[in-house]
Amino acid sequence: MADLIAELAVKGLPVTHGRATLAAFDPGPVTAIAPWPGRVVPGFPAPGQVLAAGGGRMVWAGRDTAFLLGAPAPDLGDLAAVTDQSDGWVWVTLTGADAVAVLARLTALDLRPAAFAPGTSARATINHLPALLIRTAEGFEIAAFRSMAHSLKHEIEAAMTAVAARRAL
Amino acid sequence: MTHRIPGKGLLIDRARRVKFTFDGKGFEGFQGDTLASALLASGQRLMGRSFKYHRPRGPLTMGSEEPSALVQIHEGTQQTPNVRATVQELYDGLTARSQNRMGPLGFDLLAVNDHLAPFFSAGFYYKTFMWPRAFWEKLYEPAIRRAAGLGRLSGRHDESVYEKARAHCDLLVIGAGPTGLMAALVAARAGADVILADEDVRMGGRLLADLPEVGGMPGPDWAAGVVAELAALPNVRLMSRTTVTGAYDDGTFGALERVGLHLATPGALPRECFWRIVAKRAILSSGALERPIAHPDNDRPGVMLASGVSAMVNKWGVDPGAVVVFSNNDSGLATARALFAQGIRIAAYVDPRALPVTEPFPVYAQAEVTGTRGRLGLRDVAVTHAGGTSLIEARTLALAGGWNPTLHLACHRNGRPEWSERIAAFVPRPGMVPGLVVAGAARGVFSTAACLADGLAAAAEALADLGLSAPALAIPQAEDTPYAIAPLWAVDAGGRAWLDFANDVTTKDVKLAAQEGYSSVEHMKRYTTQGMAPDQGKSSNVAALAVLAEATGQGIPATGTTTYRPPFTPVSIAAMGAGGRASGFAPQRFMTSDAQSRRMGAPMIEAGLWYRPSYFPRAGESDWRTACDREVKQVRDAVGVAEVSTLGKIDVQGADAGRFLDFVYTNTMSTLAVGKVRYGLMLREDGMVLDDGTCARLGPQHFLITTTTAAAGPVMRHLDFVQQAFCAGWDLRLISVTENWAQFAVAGPKARALLATLGVQAALPFMGCAPMTIGGVQGRLFRISFSGEEGYELAVPARYGAALFDALIRAAHDLGGCAYGMEALNVLRVEKGFITHAEIHGRVTADDVGLGGMVSAKKDCIGKTAAMRPGLLEPGREQLVGLMPVNQGEVLTAGAHLYNERDAATREANQGYVTSVAPSPTLGMWLGLGFLKDGRARHGQVIRLDDGLRGRKVLVEVCNPVFFDPEGGRMRG
Repeated sequence: MADLIAELAVKGLPVTHGRATLAAFDPGPVTAIAPWPGRVVPGFPAPGQVLAAGGGRMVWAGRDTAFLLGAPAPDLGDLAAVTDQSDGWVWVTLTGADAVAVLARLTALDLRPAAFAPGTSARATINHLPALLIRTAEGFEIAAFRSMAHSLKHEIEAAMTAVAARRAL
Repeated sequence: MTHRIPGKGLLIDRARRVKFTFDGKGFEGFQGDTLASALLASGQRLMGRSFKYHRPRGPLTMGSEEPSALVQIHEGTQQTPNVRATVQELYDGLTARSQNRMGPLGFDLLAVNDHLAPFFSAGFYYKTFMWPRAFWEKLYEPAIRRAAGLGRLSGRHDESVYEKARAHCDLLVIGAGPTGLMAALVAARAGADVILADEDVRMGGRLLADLPEVGGMPGPDWAAGVVAELAALPNVRLMSRTTVTGAYDDGTFGALERVGLHLATPGALPRECFWRIVAKRAILSSGALERPIAHPDNDRPGVMLASGVSAMVNKWGVDPGAVVVFSNNDSGLATARALFAQGIRIAAYVDPRALPVTEPFPVYAQAEVTGTRGRLGLRDVAVTHAGGTSLIEARTLALAGGWNPTLHLACHRNGRPEWSERIAAFVPRPGMVPGLVVAGAARGVFSTAACLADGLAAAAEALADLGLSAPALAIPQAEDTPYAIAPLWAVDAGGRAWLDFANDVTTKDVKLAAQEGYSSVEHMKRYTTQGMAPDQGKSSNVAALAVLAEATGQGIPATGTTTYRPPFTPVSIAAMGAGGRASGFAPQRFMTSDAQSRRMGAPMIEAGLWYRPSYFPRAGESDWRTACDREVKQVRDAVGVAEVSTLGKIDVQGADAGRFLDFVYTNTMSTLAVGKVRYGLMLREDGMVLDDGTCARLGPQHFLITTTTAAAGPVMRHLDFVQQAFCAGWDLRLISVTENWAQFAVAGPKARALLATLGVQAALPFMGCAPMTIGGVQGRLFRISFSGEEGYELAVPARYGAALFDALIRAAHDLGGCAYGMEALNVLRVEKGFITHAEIHGRVTADDVGLGGMVSAKKDCIGKTAAMRPGLLEPGREQLVGLMPVNQGEVLTAGAHLYNERDAATREANQGYVTSVAPSPTLGMWLGLGFLKDGRARHGQVIRLDDGLRGRKVLVEVCNPVFFDPEGGRMRG
């Protein structure tokens, strides 16, 4: 049979409303790494940390779990459980001067740089959607369950619209 | 706008006229007006009818505490009831209507209630409409609700935009009067992250209404200077039009911001935003609310609080006409002087105290207001003094009964305030809300100078807690008048004297409550309804309890206050639930085949959060049954394809994975060979069935388990709990891979042939699994069946799901097969007696569903001990059975109950119930699954299915729940 064609997790992006832009983002391969109890994986991030790792990034993603983004799945032997998550998540970036104002309408996180600095990650909800957030110099990378891509886009865009309307006052 | 004072009005822009309507009549105001100020400026004092007696009412205040001037705002087809005219800002085209009237506002037919007042005292309804009992709900209550009540909702969905948002800060300052501005300024200069919230349009609080001098300049100018400095600082967020409505745990505050309610065309702007503000420290500088004095007929339009009169003059330039001031304290006297100084005619200053003052206006010392006249608005005021009673002509009566600190938020964590004799009011105690300091008038510090100093001190205290040092800041010069008051709550001169204007509660009602034994303040409140209106008794609570204290003789401190609860001002539910309407209620989960399924015309049904196709109608198929029957037949005769990605998938890895799975499943998984799949059952800790699914061994230390769609989340949570609570330190890791894989069932006698056409050689035995390659993609193949046919499930990374579904249904069509939906899936599994959560609904044991043999005797598992409780083992429990209609044409319904053929349908005679039904084209009749007492021993018996809800009675034969191919020969191929 012919080769299967991959489909994007989210369509209709990028969109810009006022001073915020929501765009799709391809993080490359995503691998969950969970060290076995008592074992140490070199370069494994502490909670909230994002570390450079072999051309990619090692992002703290939950209890005893990191996601390796943008690098091939490593062979960690008997150090850690390794699970492919490349297709489990939809990834978007939210950037622009109002990105923080938009996110403040969607998540309970304290978004002040002192509490959530560029180069760190957090698990939180985007309204009712479980999500992983990474703060970058430009804004935020947000991952949510792939099946919820439509809701993710809808909820973020609704907040963007409302924030843009305030700016237009 | 005949009642404007030239040159006055801080907030209005006289260059911008705004047209609006009230009760259909056109009016004009200025930009910056509230609805109330614009109506007053046009001479319209009458704004509504009272709750119970339908008395004519105008505004009592000029603020958010307004009890009387409640109106309905109409926008298109929407109407918003109970809007305070004193808060609603004017915009072009604003359409407002008065509430609670029958007929025109000036001639309300229900005003007859007022003449019947002797019958309508507190408790009247309870006493009168008790009999006959059945009449209450059908007749009395609807009639009373129609006559008494406030505005009306449109009855339509509120589709407007609302917003909710969060903010975090070091210091939240609540209220931007002199205290709050000073506190915010100090904290901002110290570098703290400050949020300053104020419910008014413009910050300044009483500085705007009373115009005291601050630092040698007019108060509003000083306020504007501070606001400008704060606005320029990056660490400060100014939130005007924002009322902090509640104080909650851990420094969290609720606040309602009016975002677009003041605009004619808000566009995409939300109406309101509900904020949750998390603050390390907070300062409550919410000021104080003036209170009226209860005297006969003190509720006419034109009777206002003195603070409201100064606000209407100074903020909106509205001329109050001739004013009588009735005051028991120095603040009222100061107001009279200030108004006089601005050219307002003070017709009389009335004070019960012996005042040795000489004023340029008439002063009646040791005197009281004992009545008013004027049908739809105040005309004159009766003043009783040593020389008798004089009638004094006045358009406005300004009541100054003293000030109640606005301490509500300080009490939201159930702290009780204490009585201060000095100011005859309740004041907060320190530490009522952790991390919150009350400052200024909110704690009874009343002069402008003292407020400024208190704001500075409160900020210094908060900054010290935050580890910041307060910068040196001189306190600006301001008035420092002492506050003296001689409490006077009610004038006893016969007639009705109002305490609670919003709920029409008079001093008589409160005294009646005491007389009838409702002497606790909480009982008095409920008996009279005092303080239960939208204003929550802001202008009446203290006076009412003072009247109660006098009636009971127990004194005010012993009487205490009722409980202060959030919200401080009304919060629309729509704002709190912003974004949660319709499809915003919960996330929507779409399968990879979603778009194509919809293109194929499949009606989608929600299952959990997922949307799954019900059936795939073909041309000429007019109902679900036709399509469903066909799909079932095609699966049984050829091949069917269904996406099953919604099932939960959990990756279980580690040296201890097998040991762990043995502990969470009733059966043994550690003995499973690599490349094999086993059906498994999980119990809750209480011994009931939690979920069922499959467990595949992908490698020596790698298992993949599946859960039902509905239980995917709960099972993951359960496993996380078991791991952390009982298996700490085990070599074990769990992660959900539900979303990573798109999975499709291919079932039917031609399933293997279908896979072959796609290049997949399905040489697997039943319950086997293996890696596979399909269309150039690495995937997984499982040989499992939920249909009873030879079945396979193919899993590929989710990005290829849509393409694979398309390839699978094309291949199926070529073989005489089809895509099948949830309806057919249900029929197929009922025919096979496979259970779902309709059967494992949380109250059944493994034995109840006929799977008792799956609970291994050789090992322990979660729930095993609890499942051995006597009640779960005793004979007579309801057991899973199959049900077939005796007359094969009859329809079975789920939810029906089961009875012995001759028993009545009573609770005592109940033998069981039906959990699932399906029309089986394979067997040519409806089939049912259900639970029946001792069911397994009763196969062959005829019993009665009785569906009381749908009025259906069907005789059914009890049988083995596996109706079709009980030996499983088709499945094993």
